[in-house]
Amino acid sequence: MAKNEYLPFRSTILKVIRHSEKEYTFRMAYDKANEFPVKPGQFFEISIPKYGEAPISVSGITPHSLDFTIRRVGSLTDEIFENYEGGSFFMRGPYGNGFDVTMFKDKDIVLVAGGSGLSPVHGVIDYFADHMEECRSLTVIAGFKSIEDVLFRADIARWKEDGICIIDTVDAAPEGYTGRTGMVTKYISELQFKNMANVMAVVVGPPSMIKWSIKGLKDIGMDEEDIWLSESRKMCCGLGKCGHCRIGDVYVCQDGPVFKYTKLRTLID
Amino acid sequence: MGYQLRTESLRKVFDAWSKEYNIYAPKIFEGTGRFSETDVIRYGIVSSPEEIVWDQRSEYSFKEIIVPICQTLFYFTETQIKEADFPPKKAIIFLRSCDLHAVKRLDYMFRDNGPIDYYYEKLRENVKFVLIGCEKSFEDCFCVSMGTNKSNAYDAAVNVKNEAYFFDCKDEYLQKALQESAVSKISVAVEYVTRNSVMVHIPEELDSRVAASTIWDEYDKRCITCGRCTIVCPTCTCWSMQDLFYTENGKAGERRRVQASCMIDGYTDVAGGGCFRQKSGQRMRFKVLHKVLDFKKRAGFQMCVGCGRCDAICPEYISFSHCVNKLGDAMREVKENGKK
Repeated sequence: MAKNEYLPFRSTILKVIRHSEKEYTFRMAYDKANEFPVKPGQFFEISIPKYGEAPISVSGITPHSLDFTIRRVGSLTDEIFENYEGGSFFMRGPYGNGFDVTMFKDKDIVLVAGGSGLSPVHGVIDYFADHMEECRSLTVIAGFKSIEDVLFRADIARWKEDGICIIDTVDAAPEGYTGRTGMVTKYISELQFKNMANVMAVVVGPPSMIKWSIKGLKDIGMDEEDIWLSESRKMCCGLGKCGHCRIGDVYVCQDGPVFKYTKLRTLID
Repeated sequence: MGYQLRTESLRKVFDAWSKEYNIYAPKIFEGTGRFSETDVIRYGIVSSPEEIVWDQRSEYSFKEIIVPICQTLFYFTETQIKEADFPPKKAIIFLRSCDLHAVKRLDYMFRDNGPIDYYYEKLRENVKFVLIGCEKSFEDCFCVSMGTNKSNAYDAAVNVKNEAYFFDCKDEYLQKALQESAVSKISVAVEYVTRNSVMVHIPEELDSRVAASTIWDEYDKRCITCGRCTIVCPTCTCWSMQDLFYTENGKAGERRRVQASCMIDGYTDVAGGGCFRQKSGQRMRFKVLHKVLDFKKRAGFQMCVGCGRCDAICPEYISFSHCVNKLGDAMREVKENGKK
């Protein structure tokens, strides 16, 4: 008999990390890692009975916990933000293909993320922070709207200490700010690699950022076949059944959310 | 094996089947039509053959028996979850060839596209299908063009002529009662239509570039995105998740899924206000191309079964089949524009 995939399990909130007023990371207990291992870029349906379910991508993975970085934008996430350490949510998953870290083996990796787009690739950065010998280099360009919107401050500091090239920038900052400012595209144009054929890029963020970042990557000589994206859509099931995330012949929850740019650009919403 | 029955004897068969099964067939629901004092033909439980509408197409399809309009998945309290119960009785469904082909589309979505859907499977595994032979084509039908005008995938099949019923039966359980009540044993060939007045041609060179055609603009004005076409469609399966609570404090309730439609507002809304396909022409394009292009790319066979219900139900007289027949010109248009 088929398994009932729709029944969620209860998970305890181990920790709440406040990045900004609107963005928190919830560290949730997860003891099924042996049975159902989780990859970066995958997502769970997180729910609170009465308020409903929403697909949220995994932003951090440890043997006994999963991080979900959640932006407060709707009725469910409003309710999620009312919960504290020791509370709980219902979850089901993991869903989606996620990033297979082996695809980056011996590559020069470029991750371009805008705002909460850093969540799906967070696990990839964590992995290579511990396994630098498996890739040739790792460059992260992370853009945020303003200083207040910067996510994962502690992680960014830790990654920098680990020797990863992190280019964090804010679109605009008040006078006197000493960090980087400007769009991510400004920093894409400054990237230099000996062998462009060995570069693999992932772009995650809002649509206009994706568009201009891809143009920027192509301008510095990247092959568009080596560019990957992570999509997001309304998803009621995560199982290829509800239909909401279909674009053309693709179901984002089943075939994605991680796609090759060359595949995704052929699809028309 | 084939059997001939009269109304009286078929009534006994229905009585026998009804002990274990609910018999679902198209029937008249008086006074609940779309206009005042009109009836509607849709699927419901029947107890005798006279209740069944044999000579007209049902406005709504059989699909809601195995893909309910609203289906409770589980009940919840603050800390506990209890799976919803399933109907105690199994189901026998009387349906026409196009609809029997639609079952294959539903099966693809709920069994093959991703993991097997638990709730669908629980209902689907308890269904027997009785094919109603089609003596003539109804208005708007285009099953012949879609290759769905005949089917062998039935448990039993029936031709109806002047209150005489001619059954062909493959299923052991259904056969038992038929055998006991039959007037005579004869060989029965299920009737099917070989031509429809509406014919549809899906261009072989059709591809997703057709989305750029101007044919879709017409529907921006004509279509009111009511979604009726998708609700009556036997192959549309989309649904949304919904939480419902019973008590004032919101601590007990149920999670259920309800039919949804790519034609209706809110279908693609994401938290924060994002939305795709706001224009009705874009929604029409998305739906039509799913039916005759995108589904086939994935499943290997066309989604549309040519039942014609969408054309019959549309309050704006938009014809799906006419739209499909414009796709050849639309492809030529986008190819021409591509050359410029």
